[in-house]
Amino acid sequence: MDAILLQILNGLDKGSAYALIALGLTLIFGTLGVVNFAHGAIFMIGAFCAVGLSQILNISFETIDPTKLDFLGNPAKIKTAYVESWFGTEIGAAIIDWAVPLAILFSIPIMLFAGWAMERGLIKHFYKRPHADQILVTFGLAIVLQEIVKAFFGANPIPTPAPAMFQGSIDFGMLVGFPENAIIYPYWRLIYFLFSGVVIVAVFSFLRFTTFGMVVRAGMADRETVGILGINIDRRFTIMFGVAAAVAGLAGVMYTPINSPNYHMGMDFLVLSFVVVVVGGMGSLEGAVAAGFLLGILESFASMNVFKDIIPGIDQIIIYLVAIIILLTRPRGLMGRKGVMEE
Amino acid sequence: MKILGLNEKDSRFLLIVIFLTLATPVLLQPFPEGSGMAQFNAGYPDLMQRFAIFGIFAIGFNILFGLTGYLSFGHAAFLGIGSYAVVWMYKLLDYNVIWGLPLAVVVSGIVALGIGFISLRRSGIYFSILTLAFAQMMFVISYSDLFGRFVGTTITNGETGLQVYGNDPQVLLGATEPSSPHFFGIVMRENFWTPQFGDWQFTFNNGYYFCAVIAILAFYLSLRIFRSPFGLMLRAIKTNQNRLNYTGVHSRPYTLAAFVISGMYAGLAGGLLAAMDPLAGAERMQWTESGTVVLMTILGGAGTLMGPVLGAGFIKYFENIFSKINDNVLHQWFAWMPDGLEDAIVWVLHFFVGKGWHLTLGVLFMLVVIFLPGGLVEGGTRIWRFIRGTDRKEKTADATHQPEHVAYVAEKEEF
Repeated sequence: MDAILLQILNGLDKGSAYALIALGLTLIFGTLGVVNFAHGAIFMIGAFCAVGLSQILNISFETIDPTKLDFLGNPAKIKTAYVESWFGTEIGAAIIDWAVPLAILFSIPIMLFAGWAMERGLIKHFYKRPHADQILVTFGLAIVLQEIVKAFFGANPIPTPAPAMFQGSIDFGMLVGFPENAIIYPYWRLIYFLFSGVVIVAVFSFLRFTTFGMVVRAGMADRETVGILGINIDRRFTIMFGVAAAVAGLAGVMYTPINSPNYHMGMDFLVLSFVVVVVGGMGSLEGAVAAGFLLGILESFASMNVFKDIIPGIDQIIIYLVAIIILLTRPRGLMGRKGVMEE
Repeated sequence: MKILGLNEKDSRFLLIVIFLTLATPVLLQPFPEGSGMAQFNAGYPDLMQRFAIFGIFAIGFNILFGLTGYLSFGHAAFLGIGSYAVVWMYKLLDYNVIWGLPLAVVVSGIVALGIGFISLRRSGIYFSILTLAFAQMMFVISYSDLFGRFVGTTITNGETGLQVYGNDPQVLLGATEPSSPHFFGIVMRENFWTPQFGDWQFTFNNGYYFCAVIAILAFYLSLRIFRSPFGLMLRAIKTNQNRLNYTGVHSRPYTLAAFVISGMYAGLAGGLLAAMDPLAGAERMQWTESGTVVLMTILGGAGTLMGPVLGAGFIKYFENIFSKINDNVLHQWFAWMPDGLEDAIVWVLHFFVGKGWHLTLGVLFMLVVIFLPGGLVEGGTRIWRFIRGTDRKEKTADATHQPEHVAYVAEKEEF
């Protein structure tokens, strides 16, 4: 029993990342009808927002402290971050420590702007072109973004730790009545899951309970009629593109402590997120979220030794296998809408 | 003049292609050794072999994407399968490539049949994503050698990659046989002629000519497919599959045939890669590799005969040239400029050369997709028309006989 619970928990953090990226992909597809191959790159840029912020906060100047000597006998040079000298040592250190959570605030405007710029600058011109062209141009964009990040941050993964407060693990089993040390779970993964839950709820309530969201939903159902009613649906869809980019960006920001970001992390996630979207059903937001968590949890179940002994390496291909089976039995995906992407 | 059942125009076209392919070692070596421009020479065996091999890969991909209109993002899987098949034949029989290459084609054809059978149930984006998922699955399988672990022996040798070891059976290996890939004694990596004319040094390599002959055959086959009723059917599928279905034509067998053919081309290309260099690794199956063949085809011009080959050559050439240019070379080039300006220009360019070659490629690719959907071939045609001053209307002269573009569901939502 505790083993099952542990696997579910283990699947949640990856599942959250899948769900957030797939949610953004589906938002873009449902509103604009574009398959965005650059969405993984947006996730990656989000992660590098966190890296960038922590590097900016760590910018420091050197002072010479004549009272201390370094090992060569010269006066020791002491590096002090500007932040520390401005706000005092304690507050400064705390700010640097909290770089990743702070990057959330920092990244939202950046990602909104990036999404807006992408839609207005590039994708807008591709609505009337075939789907293949949309895939190709966003694929090209993904390569460009990835290479730019590589040029500035290098090809190696950059570790970006979570705040000291959240390092370490929680004995989750104790909370729900299992013996001690049965289920150990890192704090940050729990936070990642809760955070993604908050983002998902926020996106859904934004779509459900605001006038703006209502218009967007109406536009997803029948764009033409909404346009005829005198609503500038294009502008709203552009904003939704920005929102989708922000969702993926936030997923990236919060993912940095779990896995050190490198320039091709986006591509790695993108392929799986596509599978998630297809399994969930093209154009279905609920489907994307559900399939994200489902596949994340399935993946972690498949990595249990019980299953690995029967079929070695099943954990690495289970997602693809499930996708193939689902597409063969339910071509529309789990919760696919009728009439989306059908011949 | 008509040859090989082609009409006059195509015969001339084929002859030009044959000439260009066979003369590549000379044509790509226009600068004398030791001159400053020598670094732009591309006439060395390794690169020329890759031109031919990726040309084959792109020709095959074009049959699926350019002709039938199905954008596959998983063709690298067949490339890898071809390589593995050939290396396994080295391990089991001997270094003669004659055993491996047909096997590479057959095996990748069978795998393509399986993948195609499932993926082709959907079209459009679904198809792209499905092939992507399959290729990624194949990559994971071969990277972790899952088949091997399943049957209890090594099949792909995991991340080390498959290669020939001293204790492999190699049952056909004769005493005098060369210990590197060869074709009935013609060793691939040897040069049969290295003439020197003044400062010009040319290399005629066995391996290149082996690839070149196969590439010509592959090109001829694709030419015949383009001109055949079967090719016409594929074109019809690309233009309007719905209308074709309403006419009572079952289109699935045609698309499946196109998929299998292009998979076999990819397998052949992968086999040739292993024939030039007796290694096979999982990284060949990574989906970025599938992306590369998409780039090649689009860059050259999808749906044209020559485009994919041009695209493959273009990308492989500039990949080699650009990665050789580093900051020092750039400083040399711009040394005549004032210092500040020189540094600024070098700083900007440095992102695009050397390791930044992929950035250049990405930008170039985006520009081509945005402004020149027909690729280099269309660019060439436009320039040619511009020079000749041909009336622009000629291009759309037959508009009344062209079927209109029918929107997909998602496109219909426009107003």
